Amino acid sequence: MPTYRNFTEKPLMSIQEIQAEIVDEFALFDDWMQRYEYMIELGKSLPLIDEKYKDEDHIVKGCQSKVWVHAELKDDKLVFTADSDAIITKGIIAILVRAFSNQKPADIIEADTRFIDDIGLKEHLSPTRANGLVSMIKQLKLYAVAYQTQLN
Amino acid sequence: MIDTGLNIAAIRKDFPILQRKVNGYPLVYLDNAATSQTPRQVIDVIVDYYSNYNANIHRGVHALSQQATDAYEQARIKVQKHFNAALPREIIFTSGTTHSINLVASGFTGFLKEGDQVLVSAMEHHSNIVPWQMLCERSGATLKVIPMTPEGELDMEGFASQLNTRTKMVFCNHVSNALGTINPIETIIRKAHEVGAVVLVDGAQAAPHIKADMQKLDVDFYTVSAHKMCGPTGVGILYGKEEWLLKMPPYQGGGEMIEEVRFEKTTYAGLPHKFEAGTPNIAGGIAFGAAIDYMNGIGMEAIAHYEAELLAYATQKLLAIQGLRIYGTGREKTAVISFNIEGIHPYDIGTLLDQMGIAVRTGHHCAQPIMDYFKIPGTVRASFSFYNTVEEVDRLAAAVEKARQMLS
Repeated sequence: MPTYRNFTEKPLMSIQEIQAEIVDEFALFDDWMQRYEYMIELGKSLPLIDEKYKDEDHIVKGCQSKVWVHAELKDDKLVFTADSDAIITKGIIAILVRAFSNQKPADIIEADTRFIDDIGLKEHLSPTRANGLVSMIKQLKLYAVAYQTQLN
Repeated sequence: MIDTGLNIAAIRKDFPILQRKVNGYPLVYLDNAATSQTPRQVIDVIVDYYSNYNANIHRGVHALSQQATDAYEQARIKVQKHFNAALPREIIFTSGTTHSINLVASGFTGFLKEGDQVLVSAMEHHSNIVPWQMLCERSGATLKVIPMTPEGELDMEGFASQLNTRTKMVFCNHVSNALGTINPIETIIRKAHEVGAVVLVDGAQAAPHIKADMQKLDVDFYTVSAHKMCGPTGVGILYGKEEWLLKMPPYQGGGEMIEEVRFEKTTYAGLPHKFEAGTPNIAGGIAFGAAIDYMNGIGMEAIAHYEAELLAYATQKLLAIQGLRIYGTGREKTAVISFNIEGIHPYDIGTLLDQMGIAVRTGHHCAQPIMDYFKIPGTVRASFSFYNTVEEVDRLAAAVEKARQMLS
């Protein structure tokens, strides 16, 4: 029973399906330099946050480079926009936004994040960046929780 | 090739960790200003301690305790001789520079009052800023700053103009961890003493490169961490002039630091034990002595000479990279290069260097006031040691160029 995104006409994939797709993409590369190159590319496709939201309220705490995330509800789905002053960080947040954006808050809350481990990303990040990654995931989920409460 | 008479290939064999690979590449370790690597000679001393004479010191009647005590006190004498302190009891073993500085900050609480001033340089590590801010909060004294120039040197005129009879203490590092600048501490100590101020010099970054002479410098306090000079982590020293160590109250209470304990009144042990409460890092202290032996075996002058050549070569190689700017361009520097590439975040460069097996530090280097001064979020810092090679500098330069291309 396929449903369609009204603005892209592409079949709407579940968080799990998107995550599996990302894992497959990363598995195509031979080494981590190539994966980082890909991450840098992904960063360029990140739906950018409106400049007016680049403030203290939208900063993800626990990241050493600056990361801003904004969420808003469109119909019953949560749409994320974000940015960072570091390019690789932008790639990381782009991966997360791709997995979680345009999804129902309840699904975002429920979703597991094992795909990060499946990519092998955590082991290839410095401890400070890995902590930052955890903070980003937490922030996306917190937004989902906040909007879920609104929907209820 | 740099010819300084040192056999770097042979020296590298002393360091087991330098043989390993990281992310598929032979490790290029350029984070020496954070922690230096440990030679086999020092590792062996730690293994030997735990294998053969692990015991608590200064109180046992048995052979192991005696042996451990002797080795620990021998290490103190090695440190004393290396830094040319007048007396072994002027060397207090601590967990490192941070502990050493906090010890003095605590000890001086009762010696300062409202209206007094303390002077701290603009290029300090947070560990040589925050304890003094806390001391000011406790005592009511005011913190003043010795300004810095765009080259990353201390503004000595600014320093002189801040000095007055209310200046009670002056804090400065011998070498800046973030920039590599060697500060003119001889002048700072002399001028501070002219107004009667006490001087603490943070020697953490200088000790691996420069042999500081406590008596010649006439410094009141000097702090060192073993892990920056081929020793283990978690051990360091506070050098203090005996007259100040006698005046200062104990820092922590506990075992080891007492003469007699009665519920009515406890009397404290003499120096250095008064400041060494609890069981210390015995293996660490002994290994610190071994690290000093190791470095002296190579020769501090030969080390400084080789590192200066390495710094000159690396500076020239890196400056050839498009958009690269070095922070800290003073005349007197240790082998530290702090840099950024225009338009690229330092974390991104550091991350890609790590993927290519090169360890550098990125960030504010616990010196946020310096980063604020230059209006940058941080830098990439490559810091060299005597076991680094010209080939490693070439790998660094090639990797930075590759990162630049990927991130531009």
